[in-house]
Amino acid sequence: MIPEVGTGALLVALTLAVYGAVVSAIGARRGRPAMVESAQHAALGVFALLTAALGLLIYAFLTFDFSVRYVANNTNLGTPFYYRITAVWGALEGSIVLWAWMLGLYTLLVVLRHRTSARELYPWVLTVMLGVLAFFLLVMTIPAPVFARIAPIPADGRGLNPLLEDSGMITHPVALYLGFTGFTVPFAFAVAALVAGRVSDFWITTTRRWTIVAWYFLSLGLLIGGWWSYHVLGWGGYWAWDPVENAAFMPWLTATALLHSVMVQERRRMLRLWNLALVILTFSLTLFGTFLTRSGVIASVHAFTQGTIGVFFLAFLALVVLLALGLIAWRWDSLGAQGELDSVISRESAFLLNNMLLVAATFTVFFGTVFPLLSEAVRGEKVSVGAPFFNQVNVPLFLSLIFLMGVGPLIAWRRASPDNLKRNFLWPVIIGVASAALFRLLGVGSVLVAVSLALTIFVAATISVDLVRATRARRAMGERALPALGGLLLRHNRRYGGFVVHLAVLVVAVGVTGSQTWSVHTETTLQRGEQTELAGYKIRFDGLRESQESNHGKVTGTFTVVNGSAAGTVLHPAKKFYPQEQSPIAYVDYRLGFIDDLYLVLGDFARDGTSVTVKIQVNRMVSWIWLGGVVLTLGTLLSVLPDRRKAA
Amino acid sequence: VKPKFLVGGLVIAAALGYMIWAGVTQSAIYFVTPSELSAAPVSGKAYRVGGLVVPGTLKWEPRTLDLAFTLSDGKATVPVRHKGTAPDLFGEGRGAVVEGQWTREGYFKATLILAKHSEEYQAPHPTKDAAPAPKRLLETLEKEKGSR
Repeated sequence: MIPEVGTGALLVALTLAVYGAVVSAIGARRGRPAMVESAQHAALGVFALLTAALGLLIYAFLTFDFSVRYVANNTNLGTPFYYRITAVWGALEGSIVLWAWMLGLYTLLVVLRHRTSARELYPWVLTVMLGVLAFFLLVMTIPAPVFARIAPIPADGRGLNPLLEDSGMITHPVALYLGFTGFTVPFAFAVAALVAGRVSDFWITTTRRWTIVAWYFLSLGLLIGGWWSYHVLGWGGYWAWDPVENAAFMPWLTATALLHSVMVQERRRMLRLWNLALVILTFSLTLFGTFLTRSGVIASVHAFTQGTIGVFFLAFLALVVLLALGLIAWRWDSLGAQGELDSVISRESAFLLNNMLLVAATFTVFFGTVFPLLSEAVRGEKVSVGAPFFNQVNVPLFLSLIFLMGVGPLIAWRRASPDNLKRNFLWPVIIGVASAALFRLLGVGSVLVAVSLALTIFVAATISVDLVRATRARRAMGERALPALGGLLLRHNRRYGGFVVHLAVLVVAVGVTGSQTWSVHTETTLQRGEQTELAGYKIRFDGLRESQESNHGKVTGTFTVVNGSAAGTVLHPAKKFYPQEQSPIAYVDYRLGFIDDLYLVLGDFARDGTSVTVKIQVNRMVSWIWLGGVVLTLGTLLSVLPDRRKAA
Repeated sequence: VKPKFLVGGLVIAAALGYMIWAGVTQSAIYFVTPSELSAAPVSGKAYRVGGLVVPGTLKWEPRTLDLAFTLSDGKATVPVRHKGTAPDLFGEGRGAVVEGQWTREGYFKATLILAKHSEEYQAPHPTKDAAPAPKRLLETLEKEKGSR
């Protein structure tokens, strides 16, 4: 009964979404507010029905309703309560439900926030949002029916993939999908601006916060994904340039470009066409990512089941791109820039370069990801390019971007005078060059590492120079140092929010550089009581024990650090035996630190329990990457606070 | 657009083109089947080979961390050697993908082994063969503990 109600709810929601999209468009064309209001009710109805469907699906998981194929495939009687909820979006069909629900939520928020503030664009925004919702509801009806029954009803389900039994599985998809779906809002505004012929700068200022919020969640989703990969998969890495990671990274790159280029449009009335293109590109890339990961065209560790769903996404993607290009062509004449680029040494020029580099990085990631398809089509042989390709091509681009991160926020608009340059960059350049020289003298890593670290120091110095100067100016007016700094951050929250986000990127960059440079690992077989050494850590193997957990058996090793400041640390890497799996899954144990992570993976063990093969890694500065996520959160919060300058 | 910006753009595009070209030529990995590899092996070239781990060929030497097995696609076989433990879900009679190079000594030196499995779950094989493995192991451990 419950599954039929769920299917019914989705069908009604689909009908309502189509109705709302059409009615809102007609209302806009004929100037009938009543029709737009009716579409608004439809949007609320769609969200309510999606919430009901999600609730019913969760209920089906909690009550082990194995008559539902999706439930039977992704849970079993042993799945713990907590993971029965995360299992809801653990596979294809449920992930689409979560996705659509979030899109419904964004639609609701748009209704609440913009129904009176953006009169001319609002009906069209509603049409686009409901149109996209209708597409996802269609996917849930035809290629991925989540409430489909299974016959005969199995006595027990297959169980959740053990790798997904992790707390990261609640936050990672939620953050990632909030990011992906969030870009629908700026996209809807962009399309609305084109349709309504209001391509001035209003839509861009209106969607700034939406873009920041979506960008933040996408960033967070990527970071949590890295954390999951790091602490669950047992290879000691956080990023593998896997197609699925790339699929999420590409819209992140274009959205980052957008966050910067909108400032140029706000300030100089330039880049109108470019910004529209970036919004459309970002939204298209979120669809492309879904297509890539759900269609099985490219082999990936994340690959979901293959099916007809890929065709749906490809068709929708084609429709979106064609429609958007058509609209741009239609409004071509009104998209010309009003401002002009005056000088190469200017802020707009730095932002332009930043955009070119980010788009170049997007292109290289795209190219590398689809390379196997290209080479098969062109030369008939299947060739892939792995992580070395992505690193080799992207490292120079990212280092240039970090450099620009120091230049962009401080250089003058229009044309920077020699005095402006000297005032802002003299000290940071001296500090940067000196630290590069110091790193080389101390023999810190390679030239590339020294350059990379020196660049982050240069950028940190530019931020400090700006903060110190601005604080000093306020102190000169009689304020004390800390209140002056606090007042500054809150009063110019947009600017300093950006600075804090830049700081977060620097912290992540140091973490990536450090972990890629100084991490060490070894693999060895130890007898009980025997010890081994890695990077100054002496580690002793103390024995194995076995236990039975709710849905799996477990063999746990005990390892003790016997020397140094970490002496006495006991780590318990294990192997878990799930009945539904033929062979065990490694369970990593680690001790995180500000500089060193000690990271142990049980490789193999003698059946009599007297010896084990263990992978030991000392990973350096990885924690900085997670710390960067915290700083990023603070910076984003600061930058989306209401603008205090207007109020004052 | 002023010419100097156009020139700048072209320089960036050219540099990017070069980096991509160099990156591709240096890190290309050729996907081949065991038949294709054994028909024309080139030592030193990076390959990715997928196949079935032939039952009875898996040898693991924990002391030296030497792992050896044979991959097959039903038509040809490739002897594979690797330093280190196999990944989770790797085993005889199952699919595996190896990345590495063909050596002059006539074996494939794998630097990376991927167990082939789908994210969406396989049906639990009738509990007859699945469950006993850990159970037997747990029993052995239990016995071992008792004897101490």
